[in-house]
Amino acid sequence: MPFMPVKFNLQKRVKLAQGLWMLYWLSVIVGILIFSLGIFFKIELRKRSEMMDNNESHLVPNLLILVGVLACGVNAFGGKVCHDSLDPIKFAKWKPMLKPYLLLCCGFNVLLLLTALLCFLMQFAMYLTLAEGLKNGIKFYKDTDTPGRCFMKRTLDMTQIEFRCCGNNNFRDWFEVQWISNRYLDMSNDEVKDRVLSNVEGKYLMDSVPFSCCNPGSPRPCLQHHLTNNSAHYDYDHRTEELNIWTRGCREALFSYYSSMMNSIGALVIATIFLESVDMAGLKYLSTALEMMSDPENPECESEGWLLEKGVKETFTELLAKLKMLGKTNQVEEGGEAATAAT
Amino acid sequence: MALMLVKFDLKKRVKLAQTVWFMYWFAVMAGVLVFSMGLFFKIELRKRSELMDNNESHFLPNLLIFMGLVTCGINAFGGKVCYDSLDPTKFAKWKPMLKTFLVFCVGFNALLIVTALLCFLMRIPLQFTLAEGLRNGMRYYKDTDTPGRCYMKRTLDLMQMEFRCCGNDNYRDWFEIQWVSNRYLDFSAKEVKDRIGSNVDGQYLMDGVPFSCCNPSSPRPCIQYQMTNNTAHYSYDHYTEELNVWKRGCRDALLSYYGGMMNTIGALVVLVTMLEVAVTIGLQYVNSSLSTLANPEDPESESEGWILEKTVKETFTDIMAKMKAMGKGSKVEEGGEAAVATES
Repeated sequence: MPFMPVKFNLQKRVKLAQGLWMLYWLSVIVGILIFSLGIFFKIELRKRSEMMDNNESHLVPNLLILVGVLACGVNAFGGKVCHDSLDPIKFAKWKPMLKPYLLLCCGFNVLLLLTALLCFLMQFAMYLTLAEGLKNGIKFYKDTDTPGRCFMKRTLDMTQIEFRCCGNNNFRDWFEVQWISNRYLDMSNDEVKDRVLSNVEGKYLMDSVPFSCCNPGSPRPCLQHHLTNNSAHYDYDHRTEELNIWTRGCREALFSYYSSMMNSIGALVIATIFLESVDMAGLKYLSTALEMMSDPENPECESEGWLLEKGVKETFTELLAKLKMLGKTNQVEEGGEAATAAT
Repeated sequence: MALMLVKFDLKKRVKLAQTVWFMYWFAVMAGVLVFSMGLFFKIELRKRSELMDNNESHFLPNLLIFMGLVTCGINAFGGKVCYDSLDPTKFAKWKPMLKTFLVFCVGFNALLIVTALLCFLMRIPLQFTLAEGLRNGMRYYKDTDTPGRCYMKRTLDLMQMEFRCCGNDNYRDWFEIQWVSNRYLDFSAKEVKDRIGSNVDGQYLMDGVPFSCCNPSSPRPCIQYQMTNNTAHYSYDHYTEELNVWKRGCRDALLSYYGGMMNTIGALVVLVTMLEVAVTIGLQYVNSSLSTLANPEDPESESEGWILEKTVKETFTDIMAKMKAMGKGSKVEEGGEAAVATES
């Protein structure tokens, strides 16, 4: 009993072939879209790789690029087959390749599923990488004269301005590091000496933040220094002041940006899986409908198309039986070799 | 003697019609491009209309939008005519309209040239509008509690950060106005009273700039306040310090941004004009070649195509004669009416 049989006459077959051909071209466009999204994601990761300690994993964008290219190829081939399917001569040369092609499509769908899963799961790794990278970024902010780190200040300032965030968790992270280079500190000054001596590591710590933390939406000019000292500024209460500097942390901001990107890409990949499955089903129907023509000479005859030749259970048991046979053949071979070796 | 005469047989006519049809579809897309450029320019002007004192002229983007739409319409019509030109029955219904359509196209091309010229010339009024708007913007920077101006600070800060500029001509413009609101000044403090007393207008002036002027590429943390006082900061010389704040003025920055945009749009309109001239000439050839068939019943007969039926001089004198005739016709009518009036 075939699985989901459908009767086809010539008109229905032609319609199926045409509809399937359009669907395959849509899938090619979707493949191009996935490819370009992979490239976009890779570029975005590279742009901010300093914030991630140059340690970010490029697995997901590389996989997306590969999957995009494969999707284009697979679907273009499928479209070609559909286009030729209405001409019996042209279709005859594609006929033997169809079974392995459908198996390849199945494998490709599994790869797509894996990609979608990775899109959702790699966000955890991204979170940890960001936390580490930003912590180091804040630590190296002042090293504008150290080769390899001289652009960290600029990168961090532009990130804080662009993503409207301050510090790692919040602005108080800046209170815990020295973010002014020693070159610009007057070591003979009493105040500087006091601050440097006031902590174990001899760092110049202060309750100030860089200018890039400033919120342009604040009604008053930005207060950067002496943030916890209410008396240092007129009419200022640091506990109730909300608009002065950005209150969000940069790890939060960057993570939500990347995670929304990865979620959208993952959703698109899942939609592609559905599209590919529909393509496969359509192609299976088309190929069985063309094979099962009751009168091969008459193109206008009726035929039947199905998804599986036998029911789902039977097909499954057959597959298992085949696998077991493969396994047994190996064992028999090994036994045979052992026997010949013994003799 | 016709201008630029070309002989046509059936194959050549078919090729001509197909090529001109193709070019018309290109021209439709060019029209869509002009329309979207006009829309983009309008949006960019609106985005920063606060900085132009809400006084900017939307004439140019509106004209571009209008021209884009008309271009699409004209070229779609022309494409349809070309498509039908190979079928004598269909072409017969378009034939009477073609002369008027071609004259209209010529007029439209002239209008396109004017548009391109405007794109290059409207830079000058824009300069004045920007100068005025930015000066007022800086004056109203502190008025974050005045309705209608409360977002000026944010707009100006975001603009200075985005365009990497400071002040109108340079950062010293900030020294000449009070950009700190009185609400945040402690009038009982001696320093504040000194500063306010030091100038005629009673403004709190200082040699400091807002944070949005800061340059992130500077190796040292930004020095915003007491910028002209070398002793206020360690190892600082304001004469030689270059990376601290943005050196460029915002009027320059905005003008070069909008100027670049207008130059690009102008160049594009010039290209579209050339395309339009080409398709107009093509359509004239199609029209004239189909009108001069040696044997109207036989589609395979030869024919001639031209741009103008007579030479340029003769066509010009013809047009002048026609206009004079029209003028005389009106005079005769008036004279006739006057005579009738006097008689009765």
